[in-house]
Amino acid sequence: MEHYVNLALKALFVENLALSFFLGMCTFLAISKKVETSLGLGIAVVVVQTITVPANNLIYNYLLKGGALEWAGLGGVDLSFLGLITYIGTVAAIVQILEMFLDRYVPALYNALGIFLPLITVNCAILGGTLFMVERSYTFGESVVYGFASGAGWALAIVLLAGIREKLKYSDVPAGLQGLGITFIAAGLMAMVFMAFSGIQL
Amino acid sequence: MKSETRKVLFEPLVVNNPIIVQILGICSALAITSKLAPAVIMSIALTVVTACSNAAISAIRHYIPNNIRIIVQMTIIASLVIVVDQVLRAYAPEISKQLSVFVGLIITNCIVLGRAEGYAMKNPVWPSFLDGLGQGLGYSLILVALGATRELFGFGSLWGHQILPLVSEGGWYRPNSLMTLAPSAFFLVAMIIWAVRTWKHDQQESADYTIQVVHRTETQ
Repeated sequence: MEHYVNLALKALFVENLALSFFLGMCTFLAISKKVETSLGLGIAVVVVQTITVPANNLIYNYLLKGGALEWAGLGGVDLSFLGLITYIGTVAAIVQILEMFLDRYVPALYNALGIFLPLITVNCAILGGTLFMVERSYTFGESVVYGFASGAGWALAIVLLAGIREKLKYSDVPAGLQGLGITFIAAGLMAMVFMAFSGIQL
Repeated sequence: MKSETRKVLFEPLVVNNPIIVQILGICSALAITSKLAPAVIMSIALTVVTACSNAAISAIRHYIPNNIRIIVQMTIIASLVIVVDQVLRAYAPEISKQLSVFVGLIITNCIVLGRAEGYAMKNPVWPSFLDGLGQGLGYSLILVALGATRELFGFGSLWGHQILPLVSEGGWYRPNSLMTLAPSAFFLVAMIIWAVRTWKHDQQESADYTIQVVHRTETQ
């Protein structure tokens, strides 16, 4: 249990996907003007990440890894070079299924997430989470925890940045830095603050 | 060179730069630029993928059914990235390890999909290839600038060769360790944006609110 808590805290703060690995930056900077919309996007990322990382973990361990096809009598086959294309396919498929499922059964949430759901397919935080999971060879249990915590960390970062930007629009920024430039500086300062978490172990 | 070709190739360098103007593909620009070598390799990888995927998608654009086009584009891009990844692993294993997941993440780099969707689906093969090349070069320009600045001031070296002699080795240069940390990339990109927008005024964003001096003579 302690191991899982430690992993979750690490993924949330120390190895925050947005602020220490800079994943999902395009959406991070583009859709952080309002707290409300960024919260919607954040929740969508948490949901998708919690499903796709464990799903890809299963695919990797039972289909792609060297010797993983033992059960089919193909022990000598190593399909891990097909990883990238499989993961992105899985992500796209899960996002599509989730979209149809929400549309049919939870229309309120579907309307709230709106355009963000399909956009998540090309959010590199999602694919990045999967690739980190493979690189660090997490077990299935760890991948569930990691998926949820890393998604939550990304959501936390985008909501915080949106909060800063809502206040920032009343300030007197030099003309050339207005908008995008000052957002980069704010995100940089946030990344430095998050570095203070590094080294924390439970 | 025809003017159209020149426009497609050179406009993305500054005027329509994918990173600082279109705000696409920022993740890797920030994450792998602490040294020059990985930045250059990453630039080459992305330029190759963008140019080839643009050409391939453009070649089959009349046969792609409209409602599954994203999946088709993704498949082509992912296949090209796999090729690049395997080549890097075989010939540059050190760099490939430093780039870690970021080579794989070229698949979700918005520049590649953005150009496929925005340009290659509507234009013939050769212009699409050049467009991908141009966008890749624009991306490379920023990456190389960031990588060179961060390595020079953070480690006092360029491509592993010591340029500024460090204090720890008897020289005079005290390395600026902020440059080796990830957040410095944010500040540098902000500075580049500031410089470009001071030069090109039409790119400046207007403020939501402006501070004004209000004369209230009647209350005095």
